[in-house]
Order: sequence, then C-alpha cells, then structure tokens
Amino acid sequence: MLEGLLLGLSAAVTPVNLMMVVFGCVIGTLIGMLPGLGPMSIIAIMIPVAIGLGDPTAALILLSGVYYGAIFGGSTSSILLNAPGVAGTVATSFDGYPMARKGMAGKALTIAAIASFAGGTIGAILLMIFAPALSSVALLFHSAEYFALMVVGLSAIAAFAGTGQVGKALMMTILGLIMGTVGEGALSNMPRFTFGVMELQSGFSFITLAMAMFALPEALFLVMNPARAAQGESGKITGLRISRSEAKAITPVIGRQSLQGFFIGVLPGAGATIASFLGYAVERNIAKGEEQAEFGKGSVKGLAAPETANNAACTGSFVPLLTLGIPGSGTTAILLGALIALNVTPGPRLMTDTPEVFWAVIISMYIGNLVLLVLNLPLIPYIAKILAIPRNYLIPFILFFTLMGSYIGQNNSTELLLLVGFGVVATILRFADYPLAPLLIGFILGTMLEDNFARAMQLYRGFGFILERPMTLALLVIAALLVVVPSYRARRARLRAEGVADD
Amino acid sequence: MALDRWIALAFVAICCVYGYAAFFTMDHLLPPILQRNPIWPSTFPKILAIAGVIVGLFVLLSPKPAPKDGEEAKDGVIDLSRIGDYHVGQAIALLALMVAYAMTLRSLGFLGATIGFLVLGGTILGERKFHIMIPVAAIAAGSIWYLVQEVLGIYLSPLPSFL
Repeated sequence: MLEGLLLGLSAAVTPVNLMMVVFGCVIGTLIGMLPGLGPMSIIAIMIPVAIGLGDPTAALILLSGVYYGAIFGGSTSSILLNAPGVAGTVATSFDGYPMARKGMAGKALTIAAIASFAGGTIGAILLMIFAPALSSVALLFHSAEYFALMVVGLSAIAAFAGTGQVGKALMMTILGLIMGTVGEGALSNMPRFTFGVMELQSGFSFITLAMAMFALPEALFLVMNPARAAQGESGKITGLRISRSEAKAITPVIGRQSLQGFFIGVLPGAGATIASFLGYAVERNIAKGEEQAEFGKGSVKGLAAPETANNAACTGSFVPLLTLGIPGSGTTAILLGALIALNVTPGPRLMTDTPEVFWAVIISMYIGNLVLLVLNLPLIPYIAKILAIPRNYLIPFILFFTLMGSYIGQNNSTELLLLVGFGVVATILRFADYPLAPLLIGFILGTMLEDNFARAMQLYRGFGFILERPMTLALLVIAALLVVVPSYRARRARLRAEGVADD
Repeated sequence: MALDRWIALAFVAICCVYGYAAFFTMDHLLPPILQRNPIWPSTFPKILAIAGVIVGLFVLLSPKPAPKDGEEAKDGVIDLSRIGDYHVGQAIALLALMVAYAMTLRSLGFLGATIGFLVLGGTILGERKFHIMIPVAAIAAGSIWYLVQEVLGIYLSPLPSFL
C-alpha cells in the first residue's frame, strides 16, 4: 500500500495535476452553487475538457475535483439560500438554512466545510483499504460472473429508485441498454439498428446523451420555473470560527457518519442522497433531549451529519467503479464513460495494469479535500457572489456549454440536433417522474454487458454457463430478488392501504 | 391516462419495433461461418426486446400508488399539473434557437453563431440591456474559441464560410 501511495504521489503531485485539482474544485464549487445544476450536469459539461487533456490521470483528477467541488458548492447554496443545487445536499438545508437565518451563515459554512473534509478524507482512507482487497477478489471473476455482476448492479440501481419507481427505473435501464446496441456491434463489425443513418454507425455519443439527460433538462426547468432558481440575498457572511464545544459536539457525528456514509455509497444506486438523509435521521434519533429538539432549528449536529455522510458516500461510490468497473450512480457512470474514452477500462485489472491511475485518484482525493478546505472556505464570501448573476445571462451560457460539449466530442452538427431531440425526450421523461440516471448507466454498461455475455456464451456454447457456474447463478438470483421484492412489498403496502390484505 | 402511462406505451411500441428488427431483419445478413456461433449479433437485442415489453407492460398496467398524505407541492419542484404556470414558450423558443445554432454553426462560423446565440438567448429570456449583453457575449465567444482551439487543440472555424 505504501508503495502504491508513493506511486500515486509521484503521479498526482506534478504541477499540471495539482493545477487540475485546484481548477476542478473551484469550477465545481462555482457551478455547483448555482441552484438546479447538479454534479452530473457539471461533470458532463467538463468531460470534453477532460478528454481533451489526453492523459487519463489528469482527466480523472480534474473530474473528481469537479465532483467534490460541486457537492461542496451545493451545500453552500443549501445553507445560504435554502435552494439545494443537488439532491444530496437537501438534508443540509434542514439545519444549515436556519443557522444562516440566525446570522450564523459563516459558522454553518465552516461546519459544512469541516464535515465535508472529514467525510471525504476518511472515505478516501477506507477506499484505499477496501478497493485493493475487493479487486483481488474480483480478479477471480470470469466473464460469466462479470455479466451476472453487471445485471446485479443494474437491478440494484432500479431497486433503490424508491417506492413505486422500480418498474420505471427498470424500464429506463432497458431503454439505455437498447440505445447502447445501436451502431457497430460488439460481436461483428456489422452495424446494427442504424436504419441506414450514417451518423449512427458509431453509435450514440455518450457525452451527448449525458448532456441531454442531465444538463439540458435542468437548464430548461430553470427557464420554465424561475422559482427553481430561487435567487435571494446571500447577505454578509461573517464569523467563520466555531467554538470548542461545537467542535466537540460534531466530532462523534463526523466519525459515525463517515463510516455509515461510505458503506451506503458503496452500494450501487444508493449514493449520496440516501446517505445524507439516513445520516440525518440516525443522528436525530441518537441525540438526546434538548439536542434532539434543536434538530431542524439550526443544530450543528444536524448540519454536520448529512454533510459528512454525502461526502463519504461520494468517495464510497468510487469503490465499485474502480474495482469492478461498474458504476453505481449517474455521476460515476459519466466518469466511467470518460475513462473508456481515454482508453482506460476501470475494473480489477486497473490496479495491476495502470496502478498510477488508481493511486493518483486516491491522492488527488486527499488533495482535493484539502483544497476545498483551505482555498474555498476563506473565499466563500466572494464565490457566493456568483449567486447574483442574473439568470438571463446564466441560462444561455449553460445551454451554450451543453452544445459545445457535444459538438467538441464529435465535430459534427448532426450531434447537436440529436442533443436537442434527446433533451426534449429527457425533459418529458422528467415530467413523468422517470429517473434518468439508470438510462445512462444502462447505456454505458450495455456494451460491456453484451461483451461479457457473448464471451460466456461462446465459452459454454450456449446458456449453460448460468447453471454450470454457481456464483453466476447466485448473482442472477440476487438480481431477480432485488427487482421483485420491492415491487411485491409495494403491492402489499398498497393492498393493505386499501384494506384488502390484513395481517 | 397519465403522461407516464403514455410513455410506457410508447416504450412498448419502441420495443416491438426493435424486437421486430432483431428477430426478422438481422439474421439472414449473417455470414454462414458466424451462424455456427452460439451467440449472434441479434441474440442480446432479442433478450432486451422481450424484457422491455414485459417491463413496459408492467409499468403500463400496474395501478397508480395512492397519493401520500401531507405531501404538498413546493416551489421549484417539477410538477406537470402546474405546467400552466411555467414559461413553456420561452423553453421552446430556446430549443428552436439551439436547432438554429446547429444549422448555422458552419455557415456563420463559430464566433458569429455563438454571439448570436448568447444575445438572442438573453433576449428570449427578457433581457434588454444590449450594451452589456453584446460585449459579454463577444468576449465569452472569443475566449472560448481561443481555449478550444489553442488549449484543447480542436479546430473550430471561427469566421463565416464565405470569408
């Protein structure tokens, strides 16, 4: 491990890469602060830049810096405006906004920054411990298990989508897989499902799809519903110091939530949002008497809990990405797409083939967290000024960046028409409450899923691999249960509500 | 029928077309040597088409969950029933502007098309301070062109095609 750390240090601590961390964190914070723009949109916009760098280490460092920065920026707008930029920071506004209303905005931002820093750093330590172990287990997997594992990942993402949403999430996953089969296939060079359109020969571009699924609908919602942008007076931010007793109060919270958040983040589909809500709920239940009554009215513990948990979960979500090559969230799916574009295939072989990428990412996580703490915290009063940019200027720029992103990737204006078309479809899907992350994850995993499926089929000359490899069978059974059980329970709950099934 | 059911119906239709293409139009194009393979390019799409129809029908036919008590519409939450309050016209105008940008990027050149896009985009949203907007758009377009061209090394023709 020490060897790896040194390798990571030598790869990450170059002037260019250090610049990437700082640049990524600052850009992420700036854009993440804008209400309505989540980390997925920001990372999607930044991908052409990252791919343009050409170096996978620098690209991944830049993108993870952006990711951290976006989460940090999201908590800033939650605290100052009660307008979370990201679902993962909604719980932050429960206690952060009341604190800001009491004139303790500076203190709230400090607590959020320290909690984020601790959550991110402890998460990175856990990642460093668990990822190599998990990837050495994963090296034993064959294509049949890989196929099954990806099916588990995809159904877990659907299963965690929420009550009544499992079917919809599954539908979106299949739509993503279907879209992934367009273009030249994995098995032969025969183009499939292009319907004679030349531009579809190489398939849909994942950058275009990522922009169309996340950045464009968000921007359109900002246009349609100005209340979503919730611009307000950010006021003066003073008094960044916290007292010793407050520090003492939040220390155990940070410790507990780093661990809990990290492990929730590892689960596919759970991610930062669930981690932050669960972290908040757990801490409220643990707190006693007066402290419990304070939750929701500006409790320091209630602010520290979701902030720690969501950052630890973000780090945790890197575990399945780096060790198995299976993204558990929309954000890590976008990162996976960027890595594939740079000729790096994340998975158990990442640590043996290109260890410098893996360790550089870990090191850059430490550096990124440090940068957010020492650079952003003192600058927050100035950075918060971005909240005052009029939306009449902001929205055309966001739209323009989505256009640029997909144009740079393909150098082709048909791509821009596809972007607008998919963007309209994505907006309609959002109106109908369909989750879009499963679609993108399905799209990105589709090729790998089919590759592994094909290899297993060829090895066993048919579907026999499902029965002959017990591990594969077990994983597929888990995948089926993950989808069926929540639907069954939702059905029971509904019937019980109607008074049909009493028990 | 609610919007999500219509989408599920459209999805089932897509799966049927996709399944038709996978089952009936692909296999006879396959060279005989590949036909001895246990897996064909159409195998995975066939499985997807069947799974898609099943899941689509499940979403289409499953009863609507009872609305939870105490759930109230908040500002900023996307809600189709409030579509009347939304600025749908502005959104559609901006989408049309994006299509126009795609069409004119070659003929007007990057700088012209981008400045036009940013200024017209602001105008659609109701901005009328052109003395600020035009310089901002020009500076932004110029510096982004420089970044893409020089730093990322991707060629973008800056000027109209007739120059």
